[in-house]
Amino acid sequence: MTYRHDVRTRRWVFADLKELMAKATPPRSGDMLAGVAAGSAEENVAAKICLAEVPLKRFLTEALIPYETDEVTRLIIDTHDPVAFAPISHMTVGDFRNFLLSDAATPATLAMLAPGITPEMAAAVSKLMRNQDLILIAKKCPVVTKFRNTIGLPGTLAVRLQPNHPTDDPAGVAASILDGLLYGCGDAVIGLNPASDSLPVLSDLLKLLDGIIDRFEIPTQACVLTHVTTSIELIDRGVPIDLVFQSVAGTEAANASFGVNLAVLKEGMEAARSLKRGTIGNNVMYFETGQGSALSANAHHGVDQQTCEARAYAVCRPFEPLLVNTVVGFIGPEYLYDGKQIIRAGLEDHFCGKLMGLPLGCDVCYTNHAEADQDDMDTLLTLLAAAGLTYVMGIPGADDVMLNYQSTSFHDSLYIRDLLGLKRAPEFEVWLQRMNITGADGRVLNHDASHALLGMMPNLAA
Amino acid sequence: MTKHVVTDFWAGLSRSTPARIALGRAGSGLPTQQVLAFSMAHAQARDAVHTVFDSDGVEAAIRELGFDTHRVRSAAPDRMTYLRRPDYGRRLSDDSRSDLEAAGFGPVDLALVVADGLSSTAIHTQAPLMLAALKPWIIEAGWTTGPVIIAQQARVALGDEVGEVMKARAVLVLVGERPGLSSPDSMGLYLTYAPRVGRNDGERNCISNVRQEGLAHHLAAFKLVWLLREALTRGLTGVQLKDESDILLVDGMPPVPRLVKG
Repeated sequence: MTYRHDVRTRRWVFADLKELMAKATPPRSGDMLAGVAAGSAEENVAAKICLAEVPLKRFLTEALIPYETDEVTRLIIDTHDPVAFAPISHMTVGDFRNFLLSDAATPATLAMLAPGITPEMAAAVSKLMRNQDLILIAKKCPVVTKFRNTIGLPGTLAVRLQPNHPTDDPAGVAASILDGLLYGCGDAVIGLNPASDSLPVLSDLLKLLDGIIDRFEIPTQACVLTHVTTSIELIDRGVPIDLVFQSVAGTEAANASFGVNLAVLKEGMEAARSLKRGTIGNNVMYFETGQGSALSANAHHGVDQQTCEARAYAVCRPFEPLLVNTVVGFIGPEYLYDGKQIIRAGLEDHFCGKLMGLPLGCDVCYTNHAEADQDDMDTLLTLLAAAGLTYVMGIPGADDVMLNYQSTSFHDSLYIRDLLGLKRAPEFEVWLQRMNITGADGRVLNHDASHALLGMMPNLAA
Repeated sequence: MTKHVVTDFWAGLSRSTPARIALGRAGSGLPTQQVLAFSMAHAQARDAVHTVFDSDGVEAAIRELGFDTHRVRSAAPDRMTYLRRPDYGRRLSDDSRSDLEAAGFGPVDLALVVADGLSSTAIHTQAPLMLAALKPWIIEAGWTTGPVIIAQQARVALGDEVGEVMKARAVLVLVGERPGLSSPDSMGLYLTYAPRVGRNDGERNCISNVRQEGLAHHLAAFKLVWLLREALTRGLTGVQLKDESDILLVDGMPPVPRLVKG
C-alpha cells in the first residue's frame, strides 16, 4: 500500500513500506549509492512522520523482500512469536518508541518481547530515534551468553583479542596474544583472522590457540575466523574448535554470495556442539555482520542497508550465538562516508541487535579512505560502552596489520574501564588476578620479565 | 617526560610481528610518542589516498622502460566522487572510451592497465618497478601488449572495459591498494581472462601486497606470468585457477627469464 504525508502544499508519497523505510533512514552514502535514499531533508522527515503512523502488525503482512523467494523472510515470519508480540501488537512504530523509552519497558519486559520483535520492527523504530534513545534503550537489553565464561552481564564489557599477523606466523601471533593478555584483554574470544585459507595452516593456528588456553587455564574461547564449511571440515579432522565463525547478511542472495545458507549454519552449530568443549555454556557460534554487505553483493532488493543489517541479526538468532559483531566501519566510505555516519550506524546496529535479544559487540573501526579518525572511534566506543555494548575488539595499537584497517586497542579497553567502571567477564577477571596481571581493583599491574605468561613464547616459537 | 610511562618488558618480541605490541602506557593511555607515531602513519595513509595522481611522472617512468603509453580517465570526475561512487571508477569516461576506440590498439594478448586506485603513492613507487620486472617475461613469451594504459580515478573493473575495447585475450590491472597504516604504498595485480564489462571479482586472480617490504616485484612478476600462461591455456581466470607457481620455485627463488640470463 502507499503512504503519504502533506507538508503545506507539498504531498510526499511513498509507494510501499520498503520505500518508506529507506527514505526514513538517516542519511548515508550506501543508500545514496543504491538510489533508495530520500532526495531531500524534508522528504526524509516526511517519511519518518509517515513511518511513525505505521502499525507494527503491518510488518507481519507486508514483507519488504518476498516470502516466496527469500529464506530469511521465511525465517522471520515463520519463527515470529505471537505471544511475545501480543503486548505491543496494537502499537504503531511511533507508539513503540514512546513505550521503549517509558518506565514500563523494564529489562525483564523487553527480554520477554524480543522473540516478538522482527528485524523490520526494530529497524523502523530505530529510524525515529535520536542517538540518545538508541543508547538508553539498548542499555535496558542485556544479553548473557556462555561458553567458558559469562559474557554480557550488566556492568561488564568483554574484549576480543585479535592477534592477526600478515603471514600467520605462529610466533608473531603468540606475541600479540601475550601483549593482549598482559593488558587484561581476551575474555570475549581470542579470535584470529587468518591470512591463509589452507587447512594445514588453519589447523596449526587452532592448535596454537588451544595450547595457550589449555596451558594457562584461561577461562576463554578461541576462534580462527574462516568459512563455516572449512570449520566443519576441520572438526571432522579432529582439530580443536571452540567457536564456529561465519559472516552473514540479511538476505538469502547476500548469504549465497558468502557461500552460506541457513542449513549450513545449522550444520556448523551442530558440529561445534558435538565437541562439547564449552565448560559452562553451549553458545558456540560467532557471527559478523555489517551495513552495506547486501548492497555490495547486489542482493539488497531495494531495501535500505540498515534494515538489511537488522535482518542479518534475524539470521543469527536461531543459532544462539556467543557473540555477534557488527564490523561497522570496515566496508568503506561508499557505504558509510564519515565518522558521523559510522557512529550513527554503530549505535543503530547495537540497538537493533540487543532489542532482538542478541549479544551485540562492535568492531569500532574505519578504513583510511573514509573521512574518519581515531577521535571518531573514541566517540563511538564511549557511546556504545555507555549503551551496554557486549564486547569490543582489542588489537595491538588499534592497527590491524593483516586486514589493513584501524579498530580499538588494548589500551582503549583500559580507557573505557577506567572511565565507566566496566568489569570483564567474571571468570576471566578472577584468572587475571590469579595470574597477577591485574590487581584487586581490576587495573593492570606493572609486569617484569619473570611473568609466567612469557613462558608461552619460546615453546610456541619453536 | 618518561617518568610517567610504564614500559613493557616484552618489547623484544616486536621482532616477530609488525603489529604494534609492547607500546607501554601512560596510565591507561598510550605514551605521547606512540600517539604521535600512530598519527604520522595515519597521515601518510590518508595522503596516499588523496595525493593527486602524478600521471605525467608515471608515464615518463614507464616510457623510459621502452613501453608506449596511452592515458584514460574513469567516469569519476574527482576524488570525492570516486570515493562515493565505485561504479563510476569502474567505467571509462565517454571521451576516454571514444579515444581508445579510435586508437585501434587491438587485438593484443595482454592489455596492461596502470590504475591509481586507492593509493596514488603506491602506483608512483611500484608501477614502474613492476613493469620493469615483467618486461623480460613478456618479451620471452612473445606476448603483444599495445601501449600501457594509464588510468586516473580508476578501480580494478575499469580494466574490463579497456580490455574489451582493445580486444585483449587478458587484462592485467596494476592498482594502488587500500592503504594500511603500515603499508601506505602497497600495489595489487589483477588478472582477468577475456575481459568485458560486467565481469565479477570471482573471475579474476589477484596478487596483493606488492611492495619492497611485502611481495617483491620479481616474485610477483613470476607468479603473474605463471597465472597468465595457465589462463591463456585453460581459457579462464578466477576461483577455478589456483596459484600453484610455488612448485616451480628453487630454494624459494623463481627462475629467471632467458632475456635476463643473457
